[in-house]
Amino acid sequence: MAITSRHRHSEPVWMRSLFIGASVVFVGLLILLPVISVFTEAFRKGVAFYITSISDPLAMSALRLTVVTAAVTLAANLIFGLAASWLIAKFSFRGRNVLLSLIDLPFAVSPVISGLVFVLLFGAQGWFGGPLANHGIQVIFATPGVILATIFVTFPFIARELIPLMQEQGAEEEEAAVLLGASGWQTFRRVTLPNIRWALVYGVVLANARAMGEFGAVSVVSGHIRGRTNTLPLHVEILYNEYNFSAAFAVASLLALLALVTLVAKAALEWRIRVEERPAVMDGVMEEVA
Amino acid sequence: MTRLRQHSVIPGFGLTLGYTLSYLSLIVLIPLSALAVKGGAQPWSQFSEAVFDPRTMAAWRLTFGTAFIASLINAFFGLIVAWTLVRYDFPGRRILDALIDVPFALPTAVSGIALTAIYSQNGWMGRWLQPLGIKAAFSPLGIVIALTFIGLPFIVRTVQPAVEDLDPAVEEAASLLGASRITALRRVILPALQPALIAGFITAFARALGEYGSVIFISGNMPMKTEIASLLIVTKLEQFDYAGAAAIGLLMLVSSFVLLFLVNVGQWWSTRHLRRVA
Repeated sequence: MAITSRHRHSEPVWMRSLFIGASVVFVGLLILLPVISVFTEAFRKGVAFYITSISDPLAMSALRLTVVTAAVTLAANLIFGLAASWLIAKFSFRGRNVLLSLIDLPFAVSPVISGLVFVLLFGAQGWFGGPLANHGIQVIFATPGVILATIFVTFPFIARELIPLMQEQGAEEEEAAVLLGASGWQTFRRVTLPNIRWALVYGVVLANARAMGEFGAVSVVSGHIRGRTNTLPLHVEILYNEYNFSAAFAVASLLALLALVTLVAKAALEWRIRVEERPAVMDGVMEEVA
Repeated sequence: MTRLRQHSVIPGFGLTLGYTLSYLSLIVLIPLSALAVKGGAQPWSQFSEAVFDPRTMAAWRLTFGTAFIASLINAFFGLIVAWTLVRYDFPGRRILDALIDVPFALPTAVSGIALTAIYSQNGWMGRWLQPLGIKAAFSPLGIVIALTFIGLPFIVRTVQPAVEDLDPAVEEAASLLGASRITALRRVILPALQPALIAGFITAFARALGEYGSVIFISGNMPMKTEIASLLIVTKLEQFDYAGAAAIGLLMLVSSFVLLFLVNVGQWWSTRHLRRVA
């Protein structure tokens, strides 16, 4: 970190205190207060009410849909992330930079629009809505729509973690493995995968948080059918709009807990990745010294 | 380069290229082109009616206005927070640093109901604002608060690395040449941080334009008064006005693409410019 004695020309004490004070008050009021309020509101009617709220059958079915959606989404985006990063990092071909920007596209699309595009494709008046409905397949206002929208919003997460790392690592190790007679799959499993595992877990953790917490995109495609197409965030909305505030906050506290666990895991993984990368950094330093 | 790709001994080019392009097309490109076609290929009169009728115009003004104010607030405080986190050591610094990521990780619906609870008239903040005649929840101010919450990490996480990269020699030179610390901050350090600050501002602004979950609870959603553009899309979809929803959606998508394109061009320009200076 950058706090060292090299900053001799530091600000006067009054200014330093002012900056620290302003930062603490601003972040405290803006960010910490809402987090605390989720938990106090959740337990306002007592522990018994809290437990009833989160074990309610509708809450449980929302939890089930959220977990299933996240699992399918992560599996799909994980396979894509591995394929895309292998392609972009191990080969050099024309159009690589265009491909990179296209992978990032969903980051620039707002939540409601991420749902809207699938309604336009699969809704009643959509391109594929009619033909699919004739075969009895419903996408919008059903689980497939929820999953598609979630895949869309988390699309770049895993690929985005893997591509820069694999580009930095280069292709020499894989080339050596192939020249020594390893098959493509063996090379991937024995050489590439161990090199990228922590970045992979990192990407999955971030994608999971977004997948389980997505609201806008899922709200547009789900139809809010209780017990069927309701995810946890949508269930929070329904309870809240029914003025069932304590139950809404009880379910919300599960999602807040997920967010906090994600942040802790993220910090731990960042530390882990730094530790694993340190030898490489040292090599660089040694080369520079030599 | 005349060949499509350079030769490599590593297998899997065809497989990964095919898979990547198919998956990308199915999940991202075809859905986005559906929006472009549905939104763009309608008679101009119909498009302009959806996009420029008084209710939608009010939503545009509100969405752009609140996003702009929230991003300005964040540019000011985000700069102070980023500076404080990098330069000063104090108890709780790491907790403060971790808190910055909360809006990234917390589902927007959760932030939405939490902010509403705090700023409604009996809430922790609302009860202090009420006697002052300030109505925070169910007003444009509430939307600004939600968008400030959502946008802070974008500014802090963009400015933080720029503060870390500041060259101490420049500050030293300013001090040796007799500049006071405040002059150095204003004349030397602030200009050096400006590109990152602008990039963070635009990113936060683009994100705020499309924000939905954290806003709709605190805004109250009154047509002409506190109805944001994203909500209007949802309303149109509920009325099965797909073309109208697509028209508004297309315009929003184009604005955020333009904004993020500007950020990329700016970053490309500033790295090139800096390299030339170096």
